Amino acid sequence: MSDTTPELPPGPDAPVTAPAIGRDEWVARHLERRLPPRLGFLEERVRRIPWWAWLTLFVGAACLLPVFSSSGYVRRIGFDTVLYMLLALGLNVVVGWGGLLDLGYVAFYGVGAYAYALLDSDHYGIHMWAVLSIPLIVVIGAIAGLLLGLPSRRLSGDYLAIVTLFFLQLFQTLATNGDQFLFGAGNVTGGANGLLRVDPLDFFGKELAVQHNGVFAIGYYFVGLAFFAVVFVALHFVNQSRTGRAWRSQREDPLAAEVMGMPVNWLKLMSFAFGAAVAALTGTLFASLNASVFPLTFYFVLLITVYTMVILGGQGSQAGVVLGAIIISVLLELLRDPGHARNLFYVLFGVGLMVAFRRSVRLPIVAAALIGFGFAAHAIAGAIRHSWVAGTAGGWVSSWVVVPAQLAAWVPPVAYIVLIACVLGLTLLRGWTRTVALVPVLYLATFVWENVMLVKPEPTRYIVIGIILVSLMILRPNGLLGEKRVEIV
Amino acid sequence: MAEPLLELRNASLAFGGLKVVSDLDIEVAEREIVSVIGPNGAGKTTLFNLITGIYSPDEGEIFFEGRDLVGLPSHKISQLGIARTFQTLRLFLNMSVKENVMAACYGRTTAGVFRSMLRTPGMRREEREIERMAAEKLSFFGQRLMGYRWNQPAYSLSYANRRRLEIARAMATQPKLLLLDEPAAGMNPVETHEITELISQLREEGGYTILVIEHDMHVVEGISDRVIALDHGVKIAEGSFDAVATDPRVIEAYLGLRTAETK
Repeated sequence: MSDTTPELPPGPDAPVTAPAIGRDEWVARHLERRLPPRLGFLEERVRRIPWWAWLTLFVGAACLLPVFSSSGYVRRIGFDTVLYMLLALGLNVVVGWGGLLDLGYVAFYGVGAYAYALLDSDHYGIHMWAVLSIPLIVVIGAIAGLLLGLPSRRLSGDYLAIVTLFFLQLFQTLATNGDQFLFGAGNVTGGANGLLRVDPLDFFGKELAVQHNGVFAIGYYFVGLAFFAVVFVALHFVNQSRTGRAWRSQREDPLAAEVMGMPVNWLKLMSFAFGAAVAALTGTLFASLNASVFPLTFYFVLLITVYTMVILGGQGSQAGVVLGAIIISVLLELLRDPGHARNLFYVLFGVGLMVAFRRSVRLPIVAAALIGFGFAAHAIAGAIRHSWVAGTAGGWVSSWVVVPAQLAAWVPPVAYIVLIACVLGLTLLRGWTRTVALVPVLYLATFVWENVMLVKPEPTRYIVIGIILVSLMILRPNGLLGEKRVEIV
Repeated sequence: MAEPLLELRNASLAFGGLKVVSDLDIEVAEREIVSVIGPNGAGKTTLFNLITGIYSPDEGEIFFEGRDLVGLPSHKISQLGIARTFQTLRLFLNMSVKENVMAACYGRTTAGVFRSMLRTPGMRREEREIERMAAEKLSFFGQRLMGYRWNQPAYSLSYANRRRLEIARAMATQPKLLLLDEPAAGMNPVETHEITELISQLREEGGYTILVIEHDMHVVEGISDRVIALDHGVKIAEGSFDAVATDPRVIEAYLGLRTAETK
């Protein structure tokens, strides 16, 4: 090493005494040009709160869930949300930091779940202690990640996506047909019937019951939260280390990273392995709680859901993907129940209007016109034939939206298609014409919502999530908490 | 002459049927500043790509401190002590100025992922050392990359500052040999002058050996111990700036045959 500058270098903020090179007035006087923060000192204060304080606050608040609700259903949703948070954290390593479009991610979740089901069930009669089997499965998951990484480490972008997607399909095929064709190994995966009677978690042989008096045992929720806290901290530390910097460097520019001394291929493999290990860990929790595993759990719907969480929250930001996981997981549950879904729809409806018009005078006009239009339409329809408005919508909505008692079979598809055509047509209009045309279109949207979508919650919830995702990507392409990213400057 | 730091022997490279570099012999001694000049497409950047292992020569050998570089992956070559900047800037744009430089310390540090997860005392000491190193390299450019710019993303920097950051990043790999690809491109006259001074200072203070590609003849004149002129992948002249600048073959390469005859 040929460093010949023995004196201590100045810190980043130290004044430069003899600026022979790099005299820069612009930098020297930047404080004079600074705008005061918008929310004053509060904003500065919030910004200065360290990450671990946020994490402690969050986990502390999450621990209070059982205080607020004794419902087994709510607690179970809490547990599922923690699983999603873990999955999103793992995917963030691969996609957010590694920059690798890994579409095989949920296969590792499946690997973890199946591995736990094989090591802790009657299937082979093995009942390993969870304190042994879980670390072992994390290692198995990491090795599986390496194995997928090995053939794909030279690929990037679309090519990598296709190869990893095929890996997911491979996992799926093996799991579904693993009851017979694994070369004479007998029934390994239980095939489409899955593996049943999987052990609950145990602590040195002492089992943690899944249900307590017929209600979901809250212990699992706390175990999940503990796993989450450990994984979050560990990944945060890795991100702040040379490995994390190297991951992000090779995401930005693999060639430059390689030339600057970073072994890009090895870094990619590590990123795969880390994501896979976290997914496998989550899989053990899943299998132990559900006491069973089925191949179709680990498939496209889950893959897309986890990706939605990461993208919505902001890939690359740990807090962001956790937030994304909570939002999507809670939304998906809320939308299951028509009553909740209706409230959510009208709240989003109002928020959407406010965002679209901001402080424009058109907002109260459109709102008033919409309300008037609704009552008028309702009155007219009711006057023509009473059965047209005799449907059962909830609460105040029933005197505003037209909900017929019996809907002709052709109405839903036609209304749906007309609505889409109208929305597309709206984008072609400008100025006041658009504002005026907006009112009937919005009313048509509520009609479609009440008559077509609300009666079929299962497809509806994915459509709503899709609409939220699309609108958010238009407003904030980097996700809720994602840093602004630049591709080419 | 003592054993050269960098030595290319008969290095050749062809893309398909096109010879980009042919039978190139180059020697660079320790603490020497050598400029490579030549018209566009002469093979200058390809020469850098050969040295840093992005391409492997079809024939010939490349030695660095007596070690054969051919076939080594780029990150190994970097760890041996060769760093470069890019003509088309290749910063890690969405990382902070500080992190750009800190990332380049990868090859000189050892903390593994498990030590990082546990934040062992050794790992934290190493982190502090990396940060100190980043501050040291960035303060080389005075205030330009310090102060509030320290934590700004690299994409917010001006073009000239990006060039400076690339040099700082290359220095952070702790090289013996620095390859600078057009460090003055896109800079105004004052900044160009500053770069000229800076390159000399890099050698004085950092002890680097420097191989530089440059089109600005004032810069070349100001810094070079020796100049190598390339054209169509062939070395056409070598020697002091004055000797190379007046060499008829160099003038011909730049300005065409007739001009060379009338001179």
